Formats: sequence, structure tokens, C-alpha cells
Amino acid sequence: MIWLDQVIQGTLLGGYYALIACGLSLMFGVMRIINLAHGDFAILGVFAVWLLVVQTGISPFLALAAIIPLMGLLGWALQRWVFERSLRAGPLVPLLATFGLAIVIENLLFEAFGADTRSLAPEIGDLAFDSWVLTDRISVGHLAVLTFATAVVVLIGLHFFLKWTVLGRAIRATAEDPDTAELVGVNSRAVYALAAAIAVATTAVAGTFLAMRATFDPYSGPAQLIFAFEAVVIGGVGSLWGTLVGGIVLGVAQSLGAQIGPRGFLLTGHLIFLVVLAGRLFLSGVDSHAVLRRGLPGLNRSRSP
Amino acid sequence: MSEKPLFVTRWTPASKLSAAIAVATIAALSLLPLFFGANVTERLTTLFVYIILAVMWNALAGYAGLVSVGQQMFFGLGAYAAIRLSYSGMNAYAATVAGALLAGCTALPLSSFILRLRGGEFAIATWVIATIAHLLVNFDPLIEGETGKSMIALNAYDATARQAINYWITLAAMVLFLILVFALLRSRVGAAVQAIRDDEHAAASVGVRVMAAKRLIFIVAAFGCAAAGALWLATALTFQPRTYFGIQWTAYMLFMAQVGGLGTFEGPIIGAAIFFVLEDRFGATGVWYLVGLGLAATLFALLLPRGIWGTIEDRYGIQIMPVGYRLRFASTGGKSSKQTTRWSARANGDPHRV
Amino acid sequence: MSLLAVEQLDARHGLLKAVRDVDMHVAEGEILALVGANGAGKTTLLRTIAGAHHPAGGRILFDGRDVTTLRAHERVARGIALVPEGRRLFAGLTVEENLRVAGDAGRRGRWNLEALLEVFPMLKARLKMPAGLLSGGEQQATSIGRALMTNPRLLLLDEISLGLAPLAIDNLYRSLTALFSSGTALVIVEQNLSRVLGVATRVCCMLEGRVVLETDAKLATRQQITDAYFGLRQDALREMRS
Repeated sequence: MIWLDQVIQGTLLGGYYALIACGLSLMFGVMRIINLAHGDFAILGVFAVWLLVVQTGISPFLALAAIIPLMGLLGWALQRWVFERSLRAGPLVPLLATFGLAIVIENLLFEAFGADTRSLAPEIGDLAFDSWVLTDRISVGHLAVLTFATAVVVLIGLHFFLKWTVLGRAIRATAEDPDTAELVGVNSRAVYALAAAIAVATTAVAGTFLAMRATFDPYSGPAQLIFAFEAVVIGGVGSLWGTLVGGIVLGVAQSLGAQIGPRGFLLTGHLIFLVVLAGRLFLSGVDSHAVLRRGLPGLNRSRSP
Repeated sequence: MSEKPLFVTRWTPASKLSAAIAVATIAALSLLPLFFGANVTERLTTLFVYIILAVMWNALAGYAGLVSVGQQMFFGLGAYAAIRLSYSGMNAYAATVAGALLAGCTALPLSSFILRLRGGEFAIATWVIATIAHLLVNFDPLIEGETGKSMIALNAYDATARQAINYWITLAAMVLFLILVFALLRSRVGAAVQAIRDDEHAAASVGVRVMAAKRLIFIVAAFGCAAAGALWLATALTFQPRTYFGIQWTAYMLFMAQVGGLGTFEGPIIGAAIFFVLEDRFGATGVWYLVGLGLAATLFALLLPRGIWGTIEDRYGIQIMPVGYRLRFASTGGKSSKQTTRWSARANGDPHRV
Repeated sequence: MSLLAVEQLDARHGLLKAVRDVDMHVAEGEILALVGANGAGKTTLLRTIAGAHHPAGGRILFDGRDVTTLRAHERVARGIALVPEGRRLFAGLTVEENLRVAGDAGRRGRWNLEALLEVFPMLKARLKMPAGLLSGGEQQATSIGRALMTNPRLLLLDEISLGLAPLAIDNLYRSLTALFSSGTALVIVEQNLSRVLGVATRVCCMLEGRVVLETDAKLATRQQITDAYFGLRQDALREMRS
């Protein structure tokens, strides 16, 4: 029965992983860029939320709502000043620039806030502890369910946005072929800026839920990036819903691994990631060098031969 | 059209002079411990390690186009293997060398797996694997988690002797790796690797063995970083996983290679020197120093992607160490044309490029 | 005054000069046939006019205003549209979505989804299909339709017969009769001379990046065009040697 409990907990944890991963997946799907500072943006966002909460006493959810547009603006700026330049200069530059950015963000946060780990758990009162008791051995936390539900809502929202709105269509077209998209009147730079803004905004959401469930400090960023990447690789064959699947698999693997030992949690997660990665690389043939598929995540696509 | 015989040369008077100077410098450096105390030798040892790291990272990113965010894995494994071997009875310095070799060997199976990835995927995957290596090392009861373990076997040597030996083997390692990378870049592999960096598919279409070339560079870089780690341990004496497997090493390597000159031979050496001086002066200021490093790396990546030396090379057409080819016309007594033709991407017509 | 005026245009691919010193004019409502062998620079010229390729020199004037530095999507807003060589549909989007993307981004005018489906009725059944799964002829129709959705004043058609069976080409040209008489200025790049000369008002022949013949479609003889096409005209030969 313990195993069932761990599977359930792991599945709910997967919701968080889907949240942190969807922004990475979106940015890669549209712009073919991996933002090495992705995790650090999440931490930056949650520090902003935390600061707002501590200064004004409002609920973290309200603070998050206020911070989200600011993070969106940050994403826009990132695209405008870093990625636009980098994209033109070649594939290396975005990696170098975003890694440098990650170092800058982490250490500026350390300078501003110090090394102490913090948490938003104290700010959400009972939500941090309350749970529904399903059986005498299994209970699910309200927060865990809320996180999972939020992930699903965000994914549904993104799916809807991409599939049914004018901007969403423009994003999908640009993701497929930015050159031709421009030729039919789509402003590809604006599209990229929008995608970046959305991606960075989602990191703030993810970071906030991380902080409510656990602790964070200025150097928590890289770990989140790694989890996000692992979730995308495990589940995402270029689809947003794949990141949910990947997140769940990662979460379950980690939860089961935690039963083995204190470091088993992280190790099993990494192991599953490696196995799936190896599988993707070797089973799909030598030619598939891209594990993260091109094109936009989110929608079922049948590709022409 | 009149006929003008063209010669392809590799050495120019300037590069011959530089090679001579390099040899003389190395000779002078090897005599240093006889005249200067531990203060100087220890700091130079640190510089040598930085140079090794910078040259290795540049070989990966600047020449092979592989941005690795996980080289600290080999750095940490080199030190770990060294300390492990010394605790099983080996002489401290034998353990250092053997440890470096053992750790470098992990690159052999790893390369066939991870080199199938490219770009950002490769970058993060190297980071994940470095994290896993760190985790696994933490499991070793000898290491006791993050408490740190001293390489006690080094106490067999007194401090002065130890510092001198460290200096010499680090100098030797640096020279060895510099020669290795130089030879590699001058060889067919070097040309292959640069072709891959510029356009992998085009390179493959003209028969370049892409995987083999990347593997070679990856494995050499692994051995270099492993040696750097083992040598660092010999000077620092204590092994703490978090220090050796930390991401800051990648930050340092990125800074040195990017600022010094990504894709040039001399660049990383210059970058290492700059880094060394900066660390000496500002390292104690803590995080602002790191912020500065990160900011510099980012700005250079965006604004001066070829780094200091790369920009100088491009602008003045000079090259000191002869890793490339030059065209010379026979009639006009040796005035050679510009070594590389760098047409601007703008003229190429691509509106998405600068 | 011409709708489109190209002055001394140079365009390169790396070090290769694809378009050399080209002067060209298209008047309102005119249909210009742009012919020439493969590699003559026709596609590069069209892409440069549309804004997908950056010129190395020269100017492009549309409706009297200099558009040389405008990006492609800004030119679409002014009324230039390109049907790219090879169709370049968004394979993952449905036919309808392909059309709507252009419709959302382009100008308002007589071309909308309904008007398009009248011209290309075979697409009615395909609207919800991913564009990548269509047949060659259907893809070409979609691609042309997509460009039309932006309601251009100048439509550039690059090799619309490429890869299509003769029957499909017939159908395509038949569907386009309405377009040919609609008053939209067209530049048609086409390998099949007889077909394009049947609809064009003027013909322009390119060879190795230069314009070697420019004349009224009615006045040009087959011989003239073939000579220019293969570079047998004295002027062309002299130009190339200089």
C-alpha cells in the first residue's frame, strides 16, 4: 500500500514539474532556444512574490497575480535584448549568454537576500498542511492537489490559446517556419517576444508553488532547470501534455526512489531520465539528434512525409 | 587572366618567432622554483590549472561547437579518483596522475551516448550527468558526504618540496595539453571539427567523420579537466565534493574562453590570465565578483562573441600560433592575404542575421 | 508611376552574386512573366522584393515609397505578397489555419475564406486537414490562397507548377483565371513558357543574375525569348564579359 501512496504523491509532484517544464518546452518549441537561466527566473519570480508578501501581508496568490505581468515583461526584455541578438549570432550564443545571466541572477539574489532558505509555507496557513484522508494509509495534501490542478489549468490554457486564438496561431506558424510566417504578414519578432513573455511568466507560477511546498534560496535555480529538462525529455515528444506525462513519471520515480534511501529521491529521477534519453537516442536512429522535437508543443501534429 | 602561383603555408615569420618565444618562456618557467618562493609558485600553479581548464573548454565550445555545462564532472572525478587511490595506498603523486587518467576514461563510454545530443540539449545533459556524478561520489563512505577529506598522503612531502613538485607537474601537464590541443587543431581533426562547428550537415556531406572528430575533442577535454581537478587537489589538499563538482567551474571556464577569445588558440590563455588577475584582486569581494564574471561573459557573448583575442585577430588579420592556413602569392615577396574570409551575414542576404 | 520599381538591385548568397544590378518595373494591374533557367536569380529576386532576403545594394520602391529596409511582414501590410517556391505551407497547421494566419495578419479586402473557396473549391473538403497531408495541387492552391488572404496589390508567384502533374497544372491555371483578370499586379515565375505567355502582359528574362530581355508579351517572339533564356543574345554575351 505504501507504493500506491508514493505513486499518488509522485503523480501530484508531477504537477509541479509540468509547471516548471511547460515554459522551457514552449520557448524551445517556438524559438529553439534553451534558456539556461530558466530555473533562476523561477527563483527570481518567487523572491519577488515573497518580498511582496512579506512587505504587504497579502496572500501569496494575490502577490503572484501581481508579479506575473512583471515576469512577462522580463521575458519580453529577455527576448528583445538577449535572444534577438543571440539568434542572429548562431546557436552557441544563447547558451553562453543565458548561462552568464544565470550566474548574474543567482549572485544578485544572494547579495540581496543572503543564503537563508526561505519558504512561502508559513504564508498560506493551513493550506500547507491540510490533506484529504483517502484511506488509513493514504492522504493527499490540499496543496499538492492544488498544484496539480494549477498545472492542468495552465496547460489547458496554453493549449486553448495556441489552438484557437489569433496570436496562438501566429505563434504556431512562426514556430514551424519563421521565414514564411513573415512572408504572410506575421511579425516574427513580436511572436518570439510574446512566447518568451509567456514562458517566463509560467516560471513565476511554478516557483511560487515550489516555495509553498518546500524551501528556496538564491541557488535553487539550476535544480529546477534540470527537473524541467528531465520532464520534457521523458514525456515531451514536442507536446505540452507530454510535459505533464514526463513530470508525472519523474515525480513517481523520485517518490519511489525516496523509499530506498535519502539520496534515492534524486538519483532515481536522474536514472529514469537517462534511460528514457538513451532510449530516444538509440531507438529512434542515429539521425534523430534532437531529443526535444522541433515545432510547437501542445497540439497533435501529423507531419507530412 | 595572368597566372599567379599560390602557396599554402602554415608558418609565417611572426608565428615562428612566437613559437620560439613560447619555448623560451616554458624553459624559464621551469626554472622558476629555483629562484622564487612558494608564494609565487603556488599562484602560478593556480594560473596553470586555469589555463588548462580554459583551453579545454574552448576546444569544446570554440572549436567543436559543444557548450558543456558539465565539465566540472571530470574536474571532480579527477580529484576524487586521486584521493581514492591515495587512500588505498598509492603514492600521492602517482595517485594524482593515475586518478586523472582514470577519471578521463569515463569520457570514453559517455561520449558515445552524450555526443548524439546537440546544442542546449547537450548542455543540460552534461549538467545532469555532472550532478549525478556528484551524487554518486557523495555515497562513498570514505568521502563522508560533504565534510571533506584531506589527501593525507601528501604529508609525506614537506611543504616546500610539495609546492615545487606541484608546480612542475602542473606546468608539465599544461604544456602537454597545450601541445596536444595545438597538434589536434593543426591536424585533419582540427579542420574537421571547425567544419562541424560551422555546419554539421555540410561537413558530413563532404566526408567529415563527425562523430569521430567530436569524440576526440570531448575525450581530450575530459582528460584535461580531470588532470586539472587532480592537480587542484594536490595544491588545495582537501577534497570536498561540493567544491570540486560545483557549477562555478563552468562559469570560470566560460568566462575565460569567451572573454579571452572563443575559437582561437591564444584566446583562452589570455582569458585565463585575465581571470587570474581578477580573482586575485576581486575574489575576496564574494558575490559581486561572480556577478561581474557572469555579466562580463554575457556581454561578451552578445557584443564581442569572438572575445578579445578573436576580435584582434579578425580586425588585424594576425595570428600568432599557426593553427590555420595562409595563402601567399609567389611574385609579391610574401605579402599574404587575410587568413579567413569573414563575409558578413548581412551581405549573405539573411534578414534574420545582423 | 509604377506600382513596383526595382532599381539597381544586388543580392548575394554568401559570396555568390545571385542578382546583379537588376532594374525592373511592374505597373498596377500588370502581369509580368519572369523567366530564366534554374539559378538565374529569379527566386532570389522575388524573395528580395518580398523582404525575405536582404539586398546587398540597390532600392525597391513600392507605390513610390522606399521599402528596401522594411521587413517582410511590413511589406505584406503595404500590399506585397509572395507565394514561395516549394509552397512552404505550415505543415502542422490545418488548411484553414494556414489561410487564417495570413488573413489575420494581412490587409482587408475582397479576398477572404469564402472568396477563396470559390476560386479553389477542392479545398472545401480539406479545410480541417493538416496541410502537410495534402496533394501537390491542393498544397499549391492553399499556398496561393494563403498569399491572397493578405489582399495584396502585388502578388509574386514563384514556380507554382513545380512538382505538379500536368493535369494539376491545368486545373490550377484554370482556377486562377479569376485572379488573372482581377486587376492585381502579378509577377509569375514559370518554367512553362507557353502557359505563362498566355496570361502575361510583359515578359522579363533573367540570366546569371541579370535581366537580359524585357519586352511586351505580345511583341516577343519565341526565338527572342529562347535566345535570351540560353544567353545567345549578343547584348547578353557582351554584358557577361564586362
